[in-house]
Amino acid sequence: MIKIENISKYFNETKVLEDISTHFERGKTNLIIGQSGSGKTVLLKCILGLFDASKGEIFFENQSLNKMNSKQRSILRQEIGMVFQGSALFDSMTVEENIMFPMKMLTKKSADEIKMRSNEVIKRVNLINSNKKFPSEISGGMKKRVAIARAIVMNPKYLFCDEPNSGLDPKTAILIDNLIQEITKEYKITTLINTHDMNSVMEIGEKIIFLENGKKGWEGTNKEVFKTENKGVENFVYSSELFKKVRKVYLKP
Amino acid sequence: MKILYHIGGYFYHIGGYFIMLRKVFGKFTKWNVLKNLILREIDVLIIGSLGIVSFISFFVGGVVSIQTALNLENPLLPKNLIGFTTRQSVILEFAPTFISVIMAGKVGSFITSSLGTMKVTEQIDALEVMGINTFNYLIFPKIIALLFYPFVITVSMFLGIIGGYVASIYGGFCTSTDFIEGIQIDFTPFHVSYAFIKTFLFAFILASVPSYHGYFLKGGALEVGKASTTSFVWTSVVIIITNYIVTQLLLT
Ligand SMILES: Nc1ncnc2c1ncn2[C@@H]1O[C@H](COP(=O)(O)OP(=O)(O)O)[C@@H](O)[C@H]1O
Ligand SMILES: [Mg+2]
Repeated sequence: MIKIENISKYFNETKVLEDISTHFERGKTNLIIGQSGSGKTVLLKCILGLFDASKGEIFFENQSLNKMNSKQRSILRQEIGMVFQGSALFDSMTVEENIMFPMKMLTKKSADEIKMRSNEVIKRVNLINSNKKFPSEISGGMKKRVAIARAIVMNPKYLFCDEPNSGLDPKTAILIDNLIQEITKEYKITTLINTHDMNSVMEIGEKIIFLENGKKGWEGTNKEVFKTENKGVENFVYSSELFKKVRKVYLKP
Repeated sequence: MKILYHIGGYFYHIGGYFIMLRKVFGKFTKWNVLKNLILREIDVLIIGSLGIVSFISFFVGGVVSIQTALNLENPLLPKNLIGFTTRQSVILEFAPTFISVIMAGKVGSFITSSLGTMKVTEQIDALEVMGINTFNYLIFPKIIALLFYPFVITVSMFLGIIGGYVASIYGGFCTSTDFIEGIQIDFTPFHVSYAFIKTFLFAFILASVPSYHGYFLKGGALEVGKASTTSFVWTSVVIIITNYIVTQLLLT
């Protein structure tokens, strides 16, 4: 479980996050939603420790990130897998090398063990026949799979995904969402997902926090999204006619 | 006030540069990974530059000797001055300084744009998340690879003089004996040391200044292009200033 308390973040004078508190549970897909520029990525990077929060505290299983020394932090880092918005695969390495990279860098595993584990995750994310290809030679959906494989190869306790299905066609987007949810359940990971995709909200929003101009505007589940009267959420989630209709149908007794 | 703001900016970057250097020598990457990174950088940065450096050195060496010959109008001046002047210009300035400025364009822009691209595509963040010292992982191998830079400069000196020789003989400005005699006159071994001291300093600048510009880039693809240009300008400026200081200190 990850708990955040009163997180604020300023860049020089500009306030990007203001006083956000919430918690994210283990074995669940926790969604951070909001418009572009609402601070989702910055919040994720604060929790990761890539940015230092200007105010507030972050707890990983009741251990405060602020109070960790650099050694404890680097141990924590090894328990976190991250899927970046643009996948962030290493251009100079093949798909397989990308996936093996964290093990090569951070463990004392033998070449055989590394190979075996990477084959395991490659199978898990359904990547076929692309081990020797370079990132520039595969599709966006496949890149996401590689990024997910690389993120879970070390058996992380926490998985962070920044807009994992942005830029993908609707079908691939759903496949990727489902894959992340399955993995979350299978390995009991605490998963945080940034998204502005309404399909994801409906499908995998086991817990949702809604950011509005850097503040927490609402918090709940995908069931509650249908019932909420929160103006911000209504404006954001039901901005399309289609979802307004879906909501009507859902709310009919 | 604007001036003060700019001066503040320079100090900020100079400070940032030295903080970066300290981190480069912080927590080290595993040796068997580092080794491969160094070999790759040597291949790209050093071996990959030999072609253009050889080409430029040969022809500029030739031009130096032709210019010298054309300026030796006074028949009383010995013909061996052509070889002598070519040697002095090539070893003292052309090979170490001029080639380094060209390398700021070639190697420097390459380092800045490749690190900059890694930055904007969040590859550096990805390394960081894994708990890797990205400064050591990305920049240290470049610095080590450029320890082989004096080899490039040696090739440049050699080919510059050969170029001078060929041009003088081919153009009929002096005889082979004159030229060979010329390149041996008044030979001061310290001049060669001076040239290589400069070369080592330039090598370090060529690896580190462009790295700073790439690593700390902010923005997107457009900024990568801009940063490569800025990086070239600053790397050249730092090389030229260093050249002035070192020359003042060692040769006067
Ligand atoms: N490194 C940074 N320095 C300054 N401002 C930043 C930085 N990163 C993000 N911001 C600003 O923070 C705000 C939120 O950005 P972000 O978290 O990326 O939004 P999103 O919800 O789309 O992920 C934006 O206004 C952005 O300009
Ligand atoms: Mg974002």
